[in-house]
Amino acid sequence: MPSDRYGVPAVLLHWGMAVLVAGAWFVGDWMTDLSFSPLKLKVYSWHKWTGVLVFALLIVRIGVQISVRIAPRSAIPMPPSGRLAQGAHLLLYLLLALVPLSGWLFSSAAGFTTVWFGLWPIPDLVPKDAQLKELFQAVHNALTSVLAALVVLHLLAALKHHFIDRDRVLVRMVPGLKPRKSPDLLD
Amino acid sequence: MTHWTTRIANLTGVAMVFLTFPAAAAPIDASRSSLTATFRQMNVPVEGAFKRISGDVVFDVARPQDARAALDIDLASFDLGPGTEDYAVETRRKDWFDTTRFPRATFTLDCARALGGDRFEARGKLSLKGRVLDLVAQVVRRSESGVQVFEGQLPIRRLVFGIGEGEWRDPSVVADEVVVRFRLVVPARVAAAK
Repeated sequence: MPSDRYGVPAVLLHWGMAVLVAGAWFVGDWMTDLSFSPLKLKVYSWHKWTGVLVFALLIVRIGVQISVRIAPRSAIPMPPSGRLAQGAHLLLYLLLALVPLSGWLFSSAAGFTTVWFGLWPIPDLVPKDAQLKELFQAVHNALTSVLAALVVLHLLAALKHHFIDRDRVLVRMVPGLKPRKSPDLLD
Repeated sequence: MTHWTTRIANLTGVAMVFLTFPAAAAPIDASRSSLTATFRQMNVPVEGAFKRISGDVVFDVARPQDARAALDIDLASFDLGPGTEDYAVETRRKDWFDTTRFPRATFTLDCARALGGDRFEARGKLSLKGRVLDLVAQVVRRSESGVQVFEGQLPIRRLVFGIGEGEWRDPSVVADEVVVRFRLVVPARVAAAK
């Protein structure tokens, strides 16, 4: 019987992006209050580079999902909550694209080209413009909040599957993790 | 009440201007002229403009060797555009232009020579933040309806002038090389044309 676990590329991409998104979120929240300094300029650049990296990895990830088929979870028809979960995942993917995109537009409108890792300039989609900057700043902040809320939901759902439903949903994504035995089976 | 030494200094300054431009001063049209500095921070090009500049340029194409030019730059007027007020405040601080001690920078032309066509070479001295350095710039000169336009660009090294000291010295954050671009519009001296 084939394993229902995610393959190595999917697992690496999932956890790699989880670390990058969490890092970019906390750094993004912290950096705006920094006083003007070389550190601030560095941190802003790192934040932007991370965002571009997340966007690039998202494309790779979608490619991996299309090309690598894993064993279906179960033959049981999906309950309504499963449809909701699918919708939430779709939204999560959408935001993983939109948050970096809005950040890039925000940076462009502010007059700062994003130069990925200090090496590759990413063309500015919009010209330097104070009003556009305000707009994209608000959009970037709002989308970031929605993404953060969805990530928390994602996290809680994974824990619920593992500790309450005691199914294999989290197990498939965590190498080495074993499903929790049902209390009925103990003793 | 202005102190007498300041007054004498002012008078000397006025006298100097007249001595430098004996023929007739030809002030630049500041509203149509521009002076910008483009630097790289984390390898991202950022351009700022000195909004308040003044100066005089006396230039005859036939006699470039007699050219006279002086430019006065208000360093506190350095502006990176809307939404970058924190940058503007920072550039006035001690580590950067230190505008309380050094409110202005000046450029004075020492000599100019023709390079052929519209192109000329200008040699002069830039006085910035208490340091004076010789600069050479290639200038393209055009004559338009009633005005002469002088344009050019030259790289300067900010650290030579002590622009960006202390924690800002690190050229990997803000590069040492800064590209200065100028466009000076000088109305023709109708009265003193002869």
